[in-house]
Amino acid sequence: MLPRISISIFSVARVPSRTIRRRLVVGQRLTSFMSERTYRTTALRRNVSDEGRAMMQEPREEDEADVVIVGGGPAGLAAAIRLKQLEQEHGKEIRVVLLEKASDMGNHTLSGAVLEPRALKELLPDWLEDPPSPLTPVKSDKMRFLTEKYSIPLPAPPQMHNSGNYIVSLSEVVKWLAAKAEELGVEVYSGFSVNELLYDQGGAVAGIATNDMGISRAGAPKDNFQRGMEFRAKVTLLAEGCHGSLTKGVIKKYDLRRGKDAQTYGIGLKEVWEVPEEDWHEGEVVHTMGWPLSSNVYGGGFMYHFGERLVSVGLVVGLDYANPWISPFREFQRMKHHPVYSSVLKNGKCISYGARALNEGGLQSVPQLIFPGGALIGCSAGFMNVPKIKGTHTAMKSGMLAAESAYAAITSGTTNESAVALYDYEDNFKKSWVYDELNEVRNVRPSFHSSLGLYGGILYSGLDTLLLKGRVPWTFHHKASDASVTQPADKFKPIEYPKPDGKLSFDLLTSVARTGTMHDEDEPVHLQVKDLDAHTIASYPKYKGIENRFCPAGVYEYIPDETKPEGVRFQINSQNCIHCKTCDIKVPTQDINWACPEGGDGPKYMLT
Amino acid sequence: MWSSKNSVHVFGSPTSSRPTTCQLFRPPLQQQYVVITILAMPPRLNIVVPIKRVIDFAIKPRINQTKNVIETNGVKFSLNPFCEIAVEEAVRLRESSKDLVESITLVSAGSAKIQDTLRAGLALGADKATLIDIPAIDDSRSLELEPLAVAKLLKAFVEKSNANLVIMGKQAIDDDSNQTGQMLAGLLNWSQATNASKVTVDEASGVVTVAREIDGGTETLSAPLPLVITTDLRLNTPRYTKLQDIMKAKKKKTEKITPEDLGVDITPRLEIVSLSEPAKRTGGGKVDSVDALIGKLKGAGAI
Repeated sequence: MLPRISISIFSVARVPSRTIRRRLVVGQRLTSFMSERTYRTTALRRNVSDEGRAMMQEPREEDEADVVIVGGGPAGLAAAIRLKQLEQEHGKEIRVVLLEKASDMGNHTLSGAVLEPRALKELLPDWLEDPPSPLTPVKSDKMRFLTEKYSIPLPAPPQMHNSGNYIVSLSEVVKWLAAKAEELGVEVYSGFSVNELLYDQGGAVAGIATNDMGISRAGAPKDNFQRGMEFRAKVTLLAEGCHGSLTKGVIKKYDLRRGKDAQTYGIGLKEVWEVPEEDWHEGEVVHTMGWPLSSNVYGGGFMYHFGERLVSVGLVVGLDYANPWISPFREFQRMKHHPVYSSVLKNGKCISYGARALNEGGLQSVPQLIFPGGALIGCSAGFMNVPKIKGTHTAMKSGMLAAESAYAAITSGTTNESAVALYDYEDNFKKSWVYDELNEVRNVRPSFHSSLGLYGGILYSGLDTLLLKGRVPWTFHHKASDASVTQPADKFKPIEYPKPDGKLSFDLLTSVARTGTMHDEDEPVHLQVKDLDAHTIASYPKYKGIENRFCPAGVYEYIPDETKPEGVRFQINSQNCIHCKTCDIKVPTQDINWACPEGGDGPKYMLT
Repeated sequence: MWSSKNSVHVFGSPTSSRPTTCQLFRPPLQQQYVVITILAMPPRLNIVVPIKRVIDFAIKPRINQTKNVIETNGVKFSLNPFCEIAVEEAVRLRESSKDLVESITLVSAGSAKIQDTLRAGLALGADKATLIDIPAIDDSRSLELEPLAVAKLLKAFVEKSNANLVIMGKQAIDDDSNQTGQMLAGLLNWSQATNASKVTVDEASGVVTVAREIDGGTETLSAPLPLVITTDLRLNTPRYTKLQDIMKAKKKKTEKITPEDLGVDITPRLEIVSLSEPAKRTGGGKVDSVDALIGKLKGAGAI
């Protein structure tokens, strides 16, 4: 009996030419929709009692849904809303379940943000009748090149013209989208994290399992131990945001990066300030480049005036910097002392702080989007338009495209025989405005990799965005991952950062207190390092504590300890973690694995 | 002590208004036998758990300078931790013995936003919830309720629902009043056991033994029902809510009533004169000798 080929159902008279389709066909047994029970992938500690082990391996309760979406950000919610809109249009009901690890929707969402409403208008045409708040239309746009004392006006490239766009708090937009999704009948569950995918016998993704809760630091079940729950789904959409933990595993398992560049990243740190009326200019958008970053570090600052006397100020630093002495957090703190920023913030009050990694790879780094049983949407795949510094609109559009493909697949009634392959999503992405937009700017960010650094990049970007608009036969590539381009510490001098003054700039722990982050003290450390001593030996002599400097929350410390190799002990203060994922990306030894802690843990961002 | 009301509900005894057919044929001796059985039945607890929605414990509160109130825009709210412990205790009483608990009702006063908090409580295991709708001042906040007003609302609600046990948090983490439970017991004229760290119900007699945390250590009280218990931190560790329970909670009933329905006037009697953040901590100093220390203490007016 020939194995059934899924493509004949979902795409019209198309001959499979890509390897993934052949791989789906070969070896795919005709099975009914059964999942293979998977057990914990992390090894149980030896000191867990037999009774404890039995508790942790109890069979889980199961439930079924048509679509499970992991991650409640703009992409996940846009996909959920689109699915329910299609259900209303076409009548065939589907069950959509969305799981979010933050305790409430929007608590882990952080972005500048200037929102281009293109995707939002497509999704909810009458969104302005009941808009999210705060919502401030952009009134003026400024670009500046900074030196230590001065600022030089720069002409803004066409992408950076923001008329028609809105300054928002993305956290509030996500709350608003979540309310809309629930109204339409999406089951939105916040406070549940997912570290495990379920697979069927053909090796396709068949659903997810939520994390067990109530495990002690030693790995044994506590009094309030609660086994997770399984959701079997026909389609699993991963919308975990930049460098998602499940996404990492899926990309590796199905080799989704074959033929694509590695993803490159930046870290975005921001604060929200409340300033007096006379320093506040509603709707003003300011972008700066140059100081305090040196010419071989990509990045820039931003300042947006929005809401009611609120200012979002932040710094994005490309994580492909070579100098391990750089601390993005301290660069951000000293940037605020420049007159362009201090003139606005000097009499204000900082009310919120946070940080998150973001994608900078662009089109070259977008992996294959689909895998058997699901797809990647939003920043999990990486659709950010780097010169525009906007990724929300493309993330939402990708969610909508995946939703359309998933709905068609599920309602065609053939999903019981074989795993779903959302070929339509991948094809429609290539035909959409998201692809066109990313294609146009694909050479801008990589142009900063050359030896001319910042200046070469500015020159080429100016040329490309004003004249060429990407219509060239060449594509610059990202040659290496961010972790691998880090150079040893002895090649550079340690950087002397100024002490925080407590008014404009702050120390790390004060800032972390502003994130509202919380993890149980008696919980397994979710930043998984197999051997702390081996890590110290591999990393400390060469990079002299780089983890201490790239983490925006003070999670990693090297404590002087005579008894340990190198005279220091590597300590992980996982309670401080704000889920930015920078460590997983940047650590040169690549031995820190960020896994989801218990649901509900992490920051509780406000107005970010 | 048995209130005669209980025996009416449970058995439809001879004193109820609706005589049953078998009653007419029952010889007098058997009726006496039935009465004894009623008295020997274990108490059924009709528990009311009042809860409050407060700013999440992990968040540093800020003051809105213009309105002279605590800033609530964009801030995360959750179920008051002591209230969560109260709901957990009620659910554990139900699990400790079959038929001990008849119902667990949540009640909370506020705007429509507290629906989510009530649902969280229902997901922990309560049966039904009541929302007392408080009018809004502007679109970000509703009228602030004082402990006495809350106690009066709860008194009316508890009497309406025929409860015989109230378990509530000892205080809310936003105002730290630690008054409402005591006031409620006074208004109802019930016994009270506050700051409870252990609760045991003797099923046979209906007497509740409560270990309380006091300054000097632990004090143990016992009282018959009806009773008000306020919970302290070490009473229990609330369970994690299961996803399945959250799904079930969506189907549980939530009723909405107003202070007028309960006949209570909630006008505030206190006026907040000013609101300010605590003074910033300034650094300390080090001294070299005891004399220098004494000198500094004298200079600061401490001795």
